[in-house]
Amino acid sequence: MSSLPTKRAAPGALDVASIRADFPILDLKVSGKPLVYLDNAASSQMPQPVIDRLVRYQKEQHANIHRGVHYLSETATAEFEAARKKLAAFVNAREEREVIFTSGTTESINLVMHGYGRKFIGAGDEIILTTLEHHSNIVPWQMLAEEKGAKIRVVPISDAGELRVDEYEKLFNERTKFVGLSHVSNALGTVNPVKGMIAFAHARGVPVLLDGAQAAPHLTVDVQDLDCDFYAFSGHKLCGPTGIGMLYGKAAQLERMQPFKGGGDMILSVTFEKTTYNTIPHKFEAGTPPIAAAIGLGAAIDYLTNIGMDAIAAHELELLDYATAQVNKLPGVRILGTAEHKAAVLSFVMDGVHPHDVGTLLNEDGIAVRTGHHCAQPVMQRFKVPATSRASFAFYNTMAEVDALVAGIRNVQKVFA
Amino acid sequence: MADSKALYQEVILDHNRKPRNYGALADANHKAEGHNPLCGDHITMALRLDDDRVGAIAFEGESCAICKASASMLTTNVKGKTRDEAEVLIREFRDMATGKLDVATEPHHLGRLTVFGGVRDLPTRVKCAILPWHTLHAALNAAGSASTESEQDPMHAPIGDA
Repeated sequence: MSSLPTKRAAPGALDVASIRADFPILDLKVSGKPLVYLDNAASSQMPQPVIDRLVRYQKEQHANIHRGVHYLSETATAEFEAARKKLAAFVNAREEREVIFTSGTTESINLVMHGYGRKFIGAGDEIILTTLEHHSNIVPWQMLAEEKGAKIRVVPISDAGELRVDEYEKLFNERTKFVGLSHVSNALGTVNPVKGMIAFAHARGVPVLLDGAQAAPHLTVDVQDLDCDFYAFSGHKLCGPTGIGMLYGKAAQLERMQPFKGGGDMILSVTFEKTTYNTIPHKFEAGTPPIAAAIGLGAAIDYLTNIGMDAIAAHELELLDYATAQVNKLPGVRILGTAEHKAAVLSFVMDGVHPHDVGTLLNEDGIAVRTGHHCAQPVMQRFKVPATSRASFAFYNTMAEVDALVAGIRNVQKVFA
Repeated sequence: MADSKALYQEVILDHNRKPRNYGALADANHKAEGHNPLCGDHITMALRLDDDRVGAIAFEGESCAICKASASMLTTNVKGKTRDEAEVLIREFRDMATGKLDVATEPHHLGRLTVFGGVRDLPTRVKCAILPWHTLHAALNAAGSASTESEQDPMHAPIGDA
């Protein structure tokens, strides 16, 4: 980590070559060609300092946490809680206890559904979601609606892939009890105007959960400024390990919620007559968590923070603007998602070529993109396509890789000509 | 490493461009729909069995090139075959696509269909090639629908993420 400060740069002036040297996997050859990894919205790659941190934890610091009085348990506990502190600072939470470790965005949302939804949402109540949501911010609420007899209302989007905020505001009524909203769309890259939407909901006493899975890796997140009640994201999309993520919740909300999972660590005392739950955040962290992954995520946060989220955002925006301009020049290729504010995602369809054929042929050129419905079938239905090809950028991608993508798309067109 | 250039051979591209026996079949007496939730591929396979023989067969739907070419070549290969002969082709095609049948060294009845042998190196695309054959099997047995994600499907694999 000692070399990190040298990578700090003014926005738009990242030392990408030096950053890439931190990512061993980027040296890989695929189909005999240098790997061009443009599937970062699905999962990003891990830099050496994070890999080293995982190894050091396992070699020197591992024991179970919040239990033993011995040296290793105290060390592991301290490192685990230090990671929580880093996450709290990363999203600018007021207090560390507002950060709950989960297995990822999906579990975070399910936690809110069980902990908040099942307690406070009942028959006839309404939950507002948007067309842009990932399935993980749709299905839990459908399960709740089915169980409680509640109703889901959906915010439509424009042809550009932007939320119709006017329609959102019209959906509110006295039965509206909750809003679930993506900060950034995973399928289209749209950055939603969440701050104003949250204020609108709060003026009507309705809490808001932000799905930040695609935002936290690309934008500076300030939960106090946004004033969201809940914020969820996954570690593996921001250079951390899989199996770890977080839920931010306002302390007052978390306090009044019921536990999600029962078990060890989430209790203060247990008798067969009565169990007293632990305080937050532990009330929501039953069982032994993925300690190494949490500490690894803390190291990933350090890594990103050292580079600077503003510099990361600026570089990724340059990549996106360049890629958009280049792909727009290609006849027979249409970009889906042309919102004014976008982050790091380029979703496209090609005349006469199914996205899965695009993906297989791009792989032949060493280029990794995602093809499919991106777990966002309502978005696909809105644009009347079965699937898209999606290139998604990270701060370690280069303009040359965008050129490789464009050449790859031309090659696909040649094969299908 | 997967050799997708070998997969996208001219014969496959040609069947994708100009699928044979594409459309509805008015006098079909066996019909099934197949879908692959991963790609959104869906096809309908309709056939007319004259006694025990495939007298006519047609397919339609939306799919990737591998699936469409596979369906097109299926129809040209199955037409005129008995039900049992068709089932043999279904089994052999599936075994080839999943790597259980080595068409270079083992006996088979697949003929030109061996151009799809390359999918065995592309696990995510195996389902695309097999879907028409599953759907044909469903149609022959009047099961009504086939899916690459059914419980019984040996190719079943979980699909997820963002």
